[in-house]
Amino acid sequence: MSESLVLLGIIIAASSGVPGLLLGRTSMSGQWVTTFLAVLGAGLGLGGVVWFWATGESQPVVLPWSIPGAEFSVAMDGLSAIFLVPVFLISLLGNIYGLGYWKQTEHPKNGRKLRLFYGTLTAGMALLVIARNSIPFLFGWEIMGLSTFFLIGTEDHKKEVREAAWIYLVVTHVATLSLFALFALLRVANGSFALAPLRENSLSPGMATAVLILALVGFGSKGGIMPLHVWLPSAHAVAPSHVSAIMSGVNIKMGIYGLVRITSFLPHPPREWGILLLGLGVASGVLGVLFAIGQHDLKRLLAYHSIENIGIIVMGLGLALIGRSSNRADWVVLGLGGALLHVWNHALFKALLFLSAGSVIHAVHTREIDHLGGLGKAMPRTSFCFLIGAVAICGLPPLNGFVSEFLIYLGLFRTLVDGEGTSFTGASFAAPALALIGALAVACFVKVYGAAFLGTARSEHARHAHESPSIMLGPMGVLVACCFLIGLAPLLIAPFLQQGIWAWAPDLKDSGPRLTMLAPLEWIAVMGLLLNITVLLGGVVLWMRLRRSVVDEGATWGCGYVAPTPRMQYTSSSFAQMLVGIFGWVLRPRTRQPKELPLFPGETDFHSEVPDRVLDDVLLPTFRFGAWLFSWFRVFQQGNIQIYLLYIFLALIALLFWR
Amino acid sequence: MGTIFHDVVHILLALGLPPLLLGVIAKTKALFAGRAGPPVLQPYYDLIKLFQKGSVFSTTTTWVFRAGPVVALVTVVIATLLIPLADATAPVSFTGDFVLLAYLLGLGRFFTASAALDTGSPFEGMGAAREVTFACLAEPAFFLGLLVLAKLSGSLQLADMLGSSLASHWTADGESLVLVLLSWFIILLAENSRIPFDDPNTHLELTMIHEVMVLDHSGPAYGMILYGAALKLFVFGALVVRLAFPMTGGSPWLDWPIFVGGMLVVAVVIGVVESIMARLPMPHVPVLLVAACLLSGFGIILLVR
Repeated sequence: MSESLVLLGIIIAASSGVPGLLLGRTSMSGQWVTTFLAVLGAGLGLGGVVWFWATGESQPVVLPWSIPGAEFSVAMDGLSAIFLVPVFLISLLGNIYGLGYWKQTEHPKNGRKLRLFYGTLTAGMALLVIARNSIPFLFGWEIMGLSTFFLIGTEDHKKEVREAAWIYLVVTHVATLSLFALFALLRVANGSFALAPLRENSLSPGMATAVLILALVGFGSKGGIMPLHVWLPSAHAVAPSHVSAIMSGVNIKMGIYGLVRITSFLPHPPREWGILLLGLGVASGVLGVLFAIGQHDLKRLLAYHSIENIGIIVMGLGLALIGRSSNRADWVVLGLGGALLHVWNHALFKALLFLSAGSVIHAVHTREIDHLGGLGKAMPRTSFCFLIGAVAICGLPPLNGFVSEFLIYLGLFRTLVDGEGTSFTGASFAAPALALIGALAVACFVKVYGAAFLGTARSEHARHAHESPSIMLGPMGVLVACCFLIGLAPLLIAPFLQQGIWAWAPDLKDSGPRLTMLAPLEWIAVMGLLLNITVLLGGVVLWMRLRRSVVDEGATWGCGYVAPTPRMQYTSSSFAQMLVGIFGWVLRPRTRQPKELPLFPGETDFHSEVPDRVLDDVLLPTFRFGAWLFSWFRVFQQGNIQIYLLYIFLALIALLFWR
Repeated sequence: MGTIFHDVVHILLALGLPPLLLGVIAKTKALFAGRAGPPVLQPYYDLIKLFQKGSVFSTTTTWVFRAGPVVALVTVVIATLLIPLADATAPVSFTGDFVLLAYLLGLGRFFTASAALDTGSPFEGMGAAREVTFACLAEPAFFLGLLVLAKLSGSLQLADMLGSSLASHWTADGESLVLVLLSWFIILLAENSRIPFDDPNTHLELTMIHEVMVLDHSGPAYGMILYGAALKLFVFGALVVRLAFPMTGGSPWLDWPIFVGGMLVVAVVIGVVESIMARLPMPHVPVLLVAACLLSGFGIILLVR
């Protein structure tokens, strides 16, 4: 039943944009029909997930397929259910948000295209999550990849948009290529294309390593693990904001889903896998947030934070793998539980942040943080939503980000404490790294929130900002509520996480410890409530005190200067300058400033940016070198079809002799 | 002598003692300088006075500016509930409570710095930038120290990690604990904006860290900030005291005075450090904080080698 509901949801979501193609270009009717269908499809999909959780039943749907070795087989389990929730939820909210943000009447050229691919993206992601055979998985994967390409390229009349989409297309093809190889290897080991756990000793150590590397390239580049993240910053920056929200909140999690699924196939993964993943997670987390601090572009900055959060998720997964190979069930439960919960949490608060950023762009028409400022007065609701998202993404209590990071911290610290099995101290060094990530995230989000929403407007556009319509604020409010709900009542979601953990490691179902036994979730709830209540109480006390005393208004203190201007405010670049300087050896910021000033300096300018080092310093030079290297190959390319046939003939003869 | 008695004493002490520490520090510095100095109870008088005063708000500010002091105070108040004091128990204690402690302080920092940016003042932006930047280096040092305590105690609760069993580890693994103690004392100075990181008495906005963030606050809101800062000093001081002197005498009539004495010693030591040292140039601050990370890092490496 749950599979049927999800499949029905997928079909409706996939076709949701089609009626819109037939309806008018300049009227809203097509958009309303599409949104209705998309909401219906997502609702059915969510209904399927809820049905699965309520009944615990799974009735796999298996249909024969004409492709040799493949069958159309889908099924639900704890892991699929967890990953389906953000797919349908964010798609649903994003579609509603689009009614205000990307109106067909305002975007007659690309509105219909955007909604068509928004639907197919949702369908592709949902399909790959429930697929139990490599071939439907790859179908879903390719539908997702191509839909995303068209979504990034929504405004393809702009050069930067085309470039970002182009980089994405290259990366997604490299990913798909390595997935082909990965599934071929698994077929050799398993004897079929079915996505099922491998038999004991069916993989030689060499093949196991190849599986890991292919999975890391294929899934890691989609997920945005450093250094495979190159497509992510520019793609998230140029796409429409509700597309960025689903890309960052959900799309990149499909890479995580792939990694989680593949690692569940091996009953005894080598310990090196876990260590490698933990290390990659730490690197992605720290570098992601460091690069974020150096950005001037609001959405590009948020995109780098996606890399950071993917890093945190991969840290949890790495810990779970180490636990699996060391026979420590508590590390598995805490690591994977934290990782899966962070998948949800990141989907919630990152979608919230991107939608809030969209609301800002809708009002101010710029992504430059230093052109914003003072928006909290003109857009109080958007400002509040962004603040909640910022506090949540920093992992601060009492919101949801704290809960998942808490689980991962607990797991990392437990590697120090001897249990029934072995201890593995090396992993615990990831805990201070997570603390560094958290503190850097606070620095970064104070910078963004302060520069964009507080103080006074830094540009004419920001001065005339206006609040967004409630059709855009509604979905944001839902996400705010979800952030509070998970933060204040983590016990509610623990059973779902537990089912996901059992789907990953079925042997823990009978004997293993439960998440609720290992983590004091009830204390998090109590302390979260206490925090909320005391903050309210403190606010009331201050308010009463202020009401009864003399309250004056004046200008901000400027050492006696009474005519401050917006230009005197600390800019976001100045705010970040110290941190960028401390970590300059890895960020390598580029600055342009006048070399020496003459006696009477005229007008001059200063410019600084933190470009992506992997893309600019490694990949582009490598590609240029490759292009140069292969230029000699043009000798064979005569453009003459007879010559090409001659090549084929010669190759066939060579093959005959080789046999 | 039930736990309720302990909890009541804990809360009363945690809420009442902190301003005295500021008074002791000021008195120590005055004695070093050959002055009489303000009375030891002066911070209490200041707080009472501030809560009765009127306030001035900048016209650029919004509700965030008023929320800053409230959140900053509330987070440290809750943090004091998590800290084990004299009898090595805390009113609130659960597995992983140290994560909540660190992140509560993070939440306070987030709102203090945001409130500073809400004024649109370049000085306060500067202070906020410094505050969040230095915290990035202090946080890992704190967690590295926690690793040492978790490894030694085999527990993930602050009450056990800083419990009386720590006393036996001072003989066996004293070198690690000395390193952590040093590292945490440096963090104490940094997080509470003391010399050599920041001079709380300086009069030049350009060189301040914490003080410059709260330039525009006045009246009751400023009182909340001052009180919160005192509580934060108490939280870090208690951690250092428990780490340096984890023994318990067995009787609360012995333990509580010993703990209060320890806190006063910490205050005097801070006063001495402030009297005999100059503050560091701003670019050298990160270097000292990295040193704090390394100290704790070596501490854990000595344990697991």
